Amino acid sequence: MVDAVLENTTVTANSRRQRLADLLFRGTTRLFAIGVFLLLAAVMAALLISGKPAFDAFGFAFLWTTTWNPVKQIFGGWPAIYGTLVTSLIAMLIGVPLALGVAMFLTELCPPFLRRPIGILIELLAAIPSIIYGIWGLFFLAPFLQTTVQPFLKEVFGNIPLIEFLFRGPPLGIGVLTAGFILAVMVLPFIAAVTRDVFLTVPPILRESAYGIGLTTAEVVRDIVLPYTRVGVVGGIMLGLGRALGETMAVTFVIGNSPRFSASLLAPGTTISAMLANEFSEAVGPLYTSSLILLGFILFIITFFVLAVAKLLLLRLDRQAAT
Amino acid sequence: MTIYTRRRVTNLIILSLSLFATGLGLLFLFLILGALLYKGVPALSPSIFTQATPAPGNQGGLSNAIYGSVVMTLVATLIGTPVGILTGTYLAEYGRGTWLAPLVRFVNDILLSAPSILIGVFVYTLMVVPMGHFSAWAGSIALAILVVPVVVRTTEDMLRLVPAGLREAAFALGTPGWKVVVMVTYRAALQGMMTGVMLAVARIAGETAPLLFTALNNQFSTTNMNGPMGNLPVVIFQFAMSPYADWQRLAWGGALLITFAILFLNIGARFLANWSGGSASR
Repeated sequence: MVDAVLENTTVTANSRRQRLADLLFRGTTRLFAIGVFLLLAAVMAALLISGKPAFDAFGFAFLWTTTWNPVKQIFGGWPAIYGTLVTSLIAMLIGVPLALGVAMFLTELCPPFLRRPIGILIELLAAIPSIIYGIWGLFFLAPFLQTTVQPFLKEVFGNIPLIEFLFRGPPLGIGVLTAGFILAVMVLPFIAAVTRDVFLTVPPILRESAYGIGLTTAEVVRDIVLPYTRVGVVGGIMLGLGRALGETMAVTFVIGNSPRFSASLLAPGTTISAMLANEFSEAVGPLYTSSLILLGFILFIITFFVLAVAKLLLLRLDRQAAT
Repeated sequence: MTIYTRRRVTNLIILSLSLFATGLGLLFLFLILGALLYKGVPALSPSIFTQATPAPGNQGGLSNAIYGSVVMTLVATLIGTPVGILTGTYLAEYGRGTWLAPLVRFVNDILLSAPSILIGVFVYTLMVVPMGHFSAWAGSIALAILVVPVVVRTTEDMLRLVPAGLREAAFALGTPGWKVVVMVTYRAALQGMMTGVMLAVARIAGETAPLLFTALNNQFSTTNMNGPMGNLPVVIFQFAMSPYADWQRLAWGGALLITFAILFLNIGARFLANWSGGSASR
């Protein structure tokens, strides 16, 4: 009798201890989850606070001022913002069709035994660090573009009135166009991987019925697969765009890092991230540093929205696939 | 031309374009790897591992940079992994039906693709400015912040793959919740979680942007975590952009080392994921 009571109390003590440990464990995981959430907020707050002096000095005109002159302490963000947007646009124009082609190849065309190896090779393209893209771009791609593609573009488009301004100046090899090219290669594997995964969510019965009534492979992709996966494909593209906008090292190598504004694609330019990489640790004076951080804040806002849209679109597809 | 011929021709053209796109993607991979081998292999020599970075025109290697990269990657992984695993655990095990979990998942996915240079700026304002100097600690923290989202993502995915029956069986034996997670779920998902850590290491090993103004660089060998420390990516960046031929040679050597280390990690992670019974892989 006495024994049983004793045992009982130890059991309750033990289970109470376990319950406490349980609570503690759950609480810890929750704490870290909150920490991750706060991390993003902290990044945003830090950029905002450190960029505020520059905003106070220049106001919204910072966005469209084209002068970037550290000596005279006049800072305008437009050359970097323009460079960021244009290089990403070029990257998307080249990278998206290629990525869709790869995804189509992997899901519809490729013999099954090659699917995995080729898929992995394409994904390895995404694993190569951006600095390697940079060094390759500077020593191999830029000279190649300078001697072949750029003179060709100048010849073809250089005399067409409305777009002629995009191809002014000598073909230097380095510049906005080359940066866009490199970015296209870099985002290709990201977009291709998402698109392939999204293509695979199409119910086989839909695809098979389409083939069954005699559609060609191209028609199946255009009329069945793409409409079904539209949301996810756009999500994947936005994900790639988010990467392109924030990509730093590869761009820094090949864009020429000139803060002087030029609309020509062949001219050297800069992007927000390249500017940060180049000038940040050498920036003298609080206003200079603050202006660079303000640029960083702008980049943060742009990528945040692009990535948020990408995420929401992909979530919508998940829900659609689940039902 | 009949409609059938036209459709067949269109199909053929589109299929060729698709094939061409894939070929182009693979071509770029091989061009980059080929360039690395072509330029990097002649630069490799034992002295790369034994001597510190030289002044232009002098003999030297990359020993200090390799050391710095290894140490900072290690410290970053040691800091980032537990944070990532605990957060991933919350999302997979306790997050169901809470308002917090979807929010954290959303933020985590944004962190996953956020420009890494902004993380560098963030750590600069947070650590470098208050401390008054660049340091390897700051570099490690910046890299750790990049480790977290990768580990969170894979941990959550891998924990979700553990069959509910396994958990229920453990609960039915009266196992407390935390023990179920640590002793049963973690164990079942271990290989998958390690894959995530390897992928995270592969990601930060080549990261340059967040180190530019946190760890900065140091041309001398040092083990002082409280000061600037040399590291491979930043050395590659500086040396490749320099006009000196011998510096550029070293840059290619470093680039070759780092790329093959990363590709090796990536392929290793895939094997690990497959080996864990195929359930973890697609």
